[in-house]
Amino acid sequence: MAAAETTTLNMGPQHPATHGVLRLVLELDGETVVRCVPEIGYLHTGIEKNVEHHTWQQAITDTDRMDYLSPIINNLGYCLAAERLLGIQVPERCEYIRVLMAELSRIASHLVFIGTYALDLGAMSVYFYAFQAREAILDMYEAVSGVRMNLSYLRVGGLQYDIPPQLQGMVDRFLEELPRWMHDFRSLLDDNPIFVGRTQGIGVLTPESCRAWGVTGPALRACGVAHDLRKAAPYSGYERFDFTVPTRSEGDAYARYRVRLDEIEQSARIVRQAMDGMPSGPWRSADRKVTLPPREELTTSMESLIHHFKLASQGFRVPPGQVYQAVESPRGELGFYIVSDGGTHPYRMRVRAPSYYNTQALKQLLEGELVADAVAAVGSLDMIMGEVDR
Amino acid sequence: MSLGYVLVRSILLVLLLMGAFAYFMVMERKVLGYFQLRWGPVRVGPWGLLQPIADAVKMVSKEDTAPAGADALIFHAAPAIVLFVALGAFAVIPLGPTLHFGGFAVPLSVSSPPSSLLYVLAIASLGVYGISLGGWASQSKYALLGSLRASAQMVSYELALGLAVISAVVLSGRLDLPGIVAAQSQHHLWGVVPDILGFAIFAICSVAECNRAPFDLAEAEGELVAGFHTEYSGFRYANFVIAEYINMFTMSALGALLFLGGWNGPFGLGASFWWLLLKMAAYLFFFIWVRSTYPRIRYDRLMGFGWKVLVPAAFVNLVWIAVFVGLLGGWR
Repeated sequence: MAAAETTTLNMGPQHPATHGVLRLVLELDGETVVRCVPEIGYLHTGIEKNVEHHTWQQAITDTDRMDYLSPIINNLGYCLAAERLLGIQVPERCEYIRVLMAELSRIASHLVFIGTYALDLGAMSVYFYAFQAREAILDMYEAVSGVRMNLSYLRVGGLQYDIPPQLQGMVDRFLEELPRWMHDFRSLLDDNPIFVGRTQGIGVLTPESCRAWGVTGPALRACGVAHDLRKAAPYSGYERFDFTVPTRSEGDAYARYRVRLDEIEQSARIVRQAMDGMPSGPWRSADRKVTLPPREELTTSMESLIHHFKLASQGFRVPPGQVYQAVESPRGELGFYIVSDGGTHPYRMRVRAPSYYNTQALKQLLEGELVADAVAAVGSLDMIMGEVDR
Repeated sequence: MSLGYVLVRSILLVLLLMGAFAYFMVMERKVLGYFQLRWGPVRVGPWGLLQPIADAVKMVSKEDTAPAGADALIFHAAPAIVLFVALGAFAVIPLGPTLHFGGFAVPLSVSSPPSSLLYVLAIASLGVYGISLGGWASQSKYALLGSLRASAQMVSYELALGLAVISAVVLSGRLDLPGIVAAQSQHHLWGVVPDILGFAIFAICSVAECNRAPFDLAEAEGELVAGFHTEYSGFRYANFVIAEYINMFTMSALGALLFLGGWNGPFGLGASFWWLLLKMAAYLFFFIWVRSTYPRIRYDRLMGFGWKVLVPAAFVNLVWIAVFVGLLGGWR
């Protein structure tokens, strides 16, 4: 016999387990992957380029559509970057609301991960439980902004609206229910021998390989590196909140799953603190060159009317310069590098999308594994193709 | 028995199984729905009860496609093989005690050969041919992987299944299904009492035998898209689904007949078809429950589990049953 024959299996871009449109060209020996070539670009939407044709405020709607599972964290990274260029500070209440909504969307994103990951591995009920739990967060999105997905709730210099009074009750109810949902997930998956067998020792990353590939987020923390930008480079007042950075040492798919579960609990703690310690006061910057004047002033103040007209028709100008602002998204370090030429539109925006960097590690993760494990490894990185391809 | 008589009974059985399939499908979707915080089918007819009719109309009216490179003969024959085998295996399952209408005895199975159990096992193992050939003939890599898995799985599980069934045979000393039921009722003790391990092994293997989650590796939606039936559409695809469900009926009926006293009620509460139906329904509920709870086991671990755990356990159980019957006097 000649050397073992291999088969080339084209997994994706349309495949139930590749979460959108990731394409993997797998060379198989039997069911063992000997070579893996990930191919991306099927969801390229030109978001970075589109931003150049939108005003600074309009560009927020583009950022939502990258990582559509945690839109607020995308908004947050962009707004913080733009605010640094403008040199403006947002009021404390605004920072609290931003943290509150960002952590809720982190919980929502991790819930989707748990559901879809379990579904990839064949545990279908967990999927529905996780999405049912997430429903409460989508209701909160709707309550604050009127939209359940891609909500573009943040604004450069503040927020779209103040939070409505009923949010308090919704958050309380959700935080009360969350431990029960978490107990369900943990009892269905944590010690389930089939689930543990499918994920333990699969897709192992080491701190060195994470550094080499630029892998961040839960995947990095699952190899024992307690790197979290909310602690390492606090933004939006995260230093005010008491939370820990969960880590595990194994670096495998199971560790990544457990880290995300623990992160949900930590995020819930932050949500509790943000809701309880919510200061009163203004919820957007008072800088009339950036934020819209209140509606009632328009009938009494000529100056407000002019501001309103300028902001609504051409937008504000941002001083020339460049900035890099990174935030901790549910998938890792989400960075916005923005250049301004002093105009009403960003001159250039480049996004460091964590999923893009995490996807690079796939080749190393998959080679030598079985096809079934390939699904477990791909799912455990929790990549969002909208963010990878932008 | 005249040929016409058998023919009429066969047709009646096929109709019965199709009806049972249709409504078990609704039951599965409903039960799964309630497990998963949703309603299941509710739109077609009251409480979703006309759903199977809508599904049947849809399936039959879909275009029957075949991949360009497929081996036409085998590709088209495979679903028929699978369905034929599934129906054939059920032919000897007695659905209740023999009925008497004024001196005219009507046994509730199409046929009752003296060693009906052997026949069921023999025919049921043929089903994998349809699956393997169908996947192979599809000329699709996902389908091929699915059919390879199906054959590997069959080899790993049929043995343990057979050994579990043999323990019931040793226990009752009979090889025909009515005889095994009679033996259990004669001794007022269900097979499951001494043979609990055998029943557990049978239950696990029957899930694997029917390619059901968590052993649905041959289809493995998350990995192989739809496994061996990826390339099938319309009624040919429906054939595979119907066969899978009829296999579940066969396995649940076997479980009830071999281990749970068949059509005899507990504590001597009479004998009727309804008892068997109740036991089968409980068994089928177990199938659904397992499906909604467990993730899919990995292919190589499934084989490891079959060979390293189930087969040795089945042998140990067989020795125990032999000791129970031979030294402890069994039921006697």
